[in-house]
Amino acid sequence: MNEIPGLFNYWVVVFLMMAGFYVVISQGNLVKKLVGLGLFQASVFILYITMGNLSGGQAPIVTEGVFIYSNPLPHVLILTAIVVGVATTAVGLALIVRIHEAYGSVEEDEIHALDMADDDTRLQEGAEREESSE
Amino acid sequence: MSLLDHLPILVVIIPLMSAPLCVLVDRSGAAWGVALAAAWLSFGAAIALALTVATSGTLTYQLGGWPPPWGIEYRIDTLASYVLLIVTAMAALVMLFAKQSVPREIPEQSIARFYACLMLAFAGLAGIVATGDAFNVFVFLEISSLASYALISMGRDRRALNAAFQYLVMGTIGATFILIGIGFLYMMTGTLNMLDLAARLPEVSDTRTVRAGFAFLTVGIGLKLAMFPLHLWLPNAYAYAPSAVTAFLAATATKVAVYVMLRFMLDVFGADFSLGDMPLNLILMALGLVGIIMASLVAVFQDDVKRMFAYSSVAQIGYMLLGIGLASATGVGAAILHIFNHALMKGALFLALGAVAYRIGAVTLGDFAGLGKRMPWTMAAIAIGGLSLIGVPPTAGFVSKWYLVLGTLEQGLWPIAVLILIGSLLALVYVWRLIEAAYFGAVAADAPEVREAPASMLVPIWILVAANIYFGINTDISVGAAMQAATMLMGNGG
Amino acid sequence: MLIAIAAIRMRDLFGVVILFGVYSLLTAVLFMDLDAVDVAFTEAAVGAGVTTVLLLSSLRLTRRWEAPPRHNPFFSLLVVGVTGAALVYATLDAPLLGDPSAPVHKHVAPHYLQEAAGEVGMPNIVTAVLASYRGYDTFGETLVVFTAGLAVLLLLGFSENGKSRIETSAIHDQVALKVVVKLLIPLILLYALYVQFHGDFGAGGGFQAGVIFATGFILYDMVFGVENARAVMAVAWLPRLAALGVLIYGGVGVYSMLSGKPFLDYSALSADPVQGQHLGVLLVELGVGITVFSIVLSIFYALSGRRRQS
Repeated sequence: MNEIPGLFNYWVVVFLMMAGFYVVISQGNLVKKLVGLGLFQASVFILYITMGNLSGGQAPIVTEGVFIYSNPLPHVLILTAIVVGVATTAVGLALIVRIHEAYGSVEEDEIHALDMADDDTRLQEGAEREESSE
Repeated sequence: MSLLDHLPILVVIIPLMSAPLCVLVDRSGAAWGVALAAAWLSFGAAIALALTVATSGTLTYQLGGWPPPWGIEYRIDTLASYVLLIVTAMAALVMLFAKQSVPREIPEQSIARFYACLMLAFAGLAGIVATGDAFNVFVFLEISSLASYALISMGRDRRALNAAFQYLVMGTIGATFILIGIGFLYMMTGTLNMLDLAARLPEVSDTRTVRAGFAFLTVGIGLKLAMFPLHLWLPNAYAYAPSAVTAFLAATATKVAVYVMLRFMLDVFGADFSLGDMPLNLILMALGLVGIIMASLVAVFQDDVKRMFAYSSVAQIGYMLLGIGLASATGVGAAILHIFNHALMKGALFLALGAVAYRIGAVTLGDFAGLGKRMPWTMAAIAIGGLSLIGVPPTAGFVSKWYLVLGTLEQGLWPIAVLILIGSLLALVYVWRLIEAAYFGAVAADAPEVREAPASMLVPIWILVAANIYFGINTDISVGAAMQAATMLMGNGG
Repeated sequence: MLIAIAAIRMRDLFGVVILFGVYSLLTAVLFMDLDAVDVAFTEAAVGAGVTTVLLLSSLRLTRRWEAPPRHNPFFSLLVVGVTGAALVYATLDAPLLGDPSAPVHKHVAPHYLQEAAGEVGMPNIVTAVLASYRGYDTFGETLVVFTAGLAVLLLLGFSENGKSRIETSAIHDQVALKVVVKLLIPLILLYALYVQFHGDFGAGGGFQAGVIFATGFILYDMVFGVENARAVMAVAWLPRLAALGVLIYGGVGVYSMLSGKPFLDYSALSADPVQGQHLGVLLVELGVGITVFSIVLSIFYALSGRRRQS
């Protein structure tokens, strides 16, 4: 039971991760989905950094008189992951802007409805063409 | 160090560096030339690599000069060299095809950057296969994924945009899950090098953290593989992307994901853990089978031929997962063999579809009416590719199905063998619909005049078709390498 | 945590974006508390800074308000519940926060901490690992940035002349703002250069520097208008600069190969291996900085130059 304080950090992270994840899969607005994705990823970063922390340690920059440092490897990994995350967000946003121009909306169900309508018109046109050529 | 020593990195670096060159060059023709050269040089390097590995065993390369696990290491063993051959060959052939196909589908001012993205997707995939470091896999996975999202979104139909976005969301979730999985493994072992992980995991494999890491990795990789039910992004992405993109991705992206699954599950975790302690074998077999049957069924009802073959790809991945789930050298070997054969099949099919799109502009079943007479070479290619999909001898598809069935019978799993055959029958149905329309359908009165596809397209298509037949008859190389890789993987468990 | 919940419930997307920016900033503070200074720096600059700017630029082009939800959230909650449970399950066997006997502190990490000063010759161990030991990952990361920029350019492109955007006249009259910004921008750029070259010794490096440098330009564009901004840095140069950055980084690697050493082995750059490390790190960080700067600016211009279509 006295492990709980040490694990509490992780559980907070889990909650944050799930909040972000929930936004991604349940919200229909594309921009919100992207924000949720960012939330999800940011929480994973916290997980990694928490992992690397050493009690009584300092930032891993060699300084006079300091002998205990926190683990630098997760820092390196997360630096990369942050950049990857922002790159993904940028591409996602560009896609959203184009989708809005093409469909007039950034809500998943409205886009889906417009696509279905497209399909119906196409089927109708195809049927009319067949009738006229017989 | 001689040129040969640098081979492992050259396969990846050549296309990687060609991307900024394409951007600098900025003219569509010159950019095509740069990309073509990069793809073929990389292919050459992959061939040299495969030959070296076949004679001297696994090759390693220390990036930055730092030995692992302090630095990142490239490890090329039989499996890796095999998959690299496929990826590079497809890139080389698609680049030939792209000369005529791309200008038709992509606006002129974007073409140079398009090729840069294609090279990045290619290099990303190659980098995933060549590396021996778990985090490096993540980085290159993101390179190829981001490039893929961009490439898919360039399709002419506005639905390509949403397809790319859906793929982005699902792909990023998958990549983040993989990151979580790697994080858990690192948490319990302190290393990122895959060989090192394999050595250190057994003593901590009993912890919940490692098991959860395993689960997250499986789900994350499963999303990228289009394992049922995580395959939802694939049909739209393949259907609406530009022709060259669909052909390239269909033949490579999911296969590389299968490679990652093999590498993590069998090499890093070990076959005993993955397929024994954890119920992965049952999960893969079950999901694989469901994927095969469901996807094949849906394919039967598709009107858009690209979508039909996209669902067919989901089914084929099901076959590969089934093979791995069998947890035997034969089963895993069949899966690895199918990586190779499926790339040949789908590569040929999607390139041929691209040729049809080039001439006609669309690819619904209605458009195929009477195509057999008007584009004989292209349709013949599709027909043979279709036969390979069904698994008719003497095509390559038959060989993979044969070994798969062999694997199931070895374990006395008759019902599963029957289900595999049902999958083939379903494939027969949807391929037949296409053949019927093309050879027995009447040309519509108002259909435009259509000529055969240009040579620059027919050549790569028929190289792949010929390969389908060649490797269906002469199976020594493909089967030999696959079985050798499988034995190594299965033997490593424990 | 509360911010996360608020972000879910809010339907004003502008509010959501701002909250997300605040969340990023708080995360950066948390990183500081956990001794991850480089990461905090990057999270603040990239996460809170760049992401917020990009999101706001996109909101301008789409819609500010979200439509009311129509789905039953049950299925999503189920998936999230299962995943969350799996994660909590994972933590039960995990080493505790700060535990020195955890595996991560025992194997690869101590080697870096002990040897980096000697082998690579710089006190900032994160930079040593990032740019040298795991330099290939960073090369990949630079390529991720490059790919994202390419993707955005393919999707949106630059508008050909800045005049296609409607000028917001509100800023034109703000003299005080203009004066302050005129003083700030050189400082920002100088600071960016400091961060770029000081990364070996303190927190910093190519990524952060590139972002800050771009920020200076973005600020100039926002306050003085797009025509002035483009006169300073022509938009057509940005993709070429980005490509150049990647080629510099890769070029160092190729040079190593031509000298008979593995790709990105910096000892090929000088007779003294430690000097070689310094030179190598300097060059690759420069490549990173150039690419990040040009891509961040490109993406901003692509988004801000897009005409709003109703």
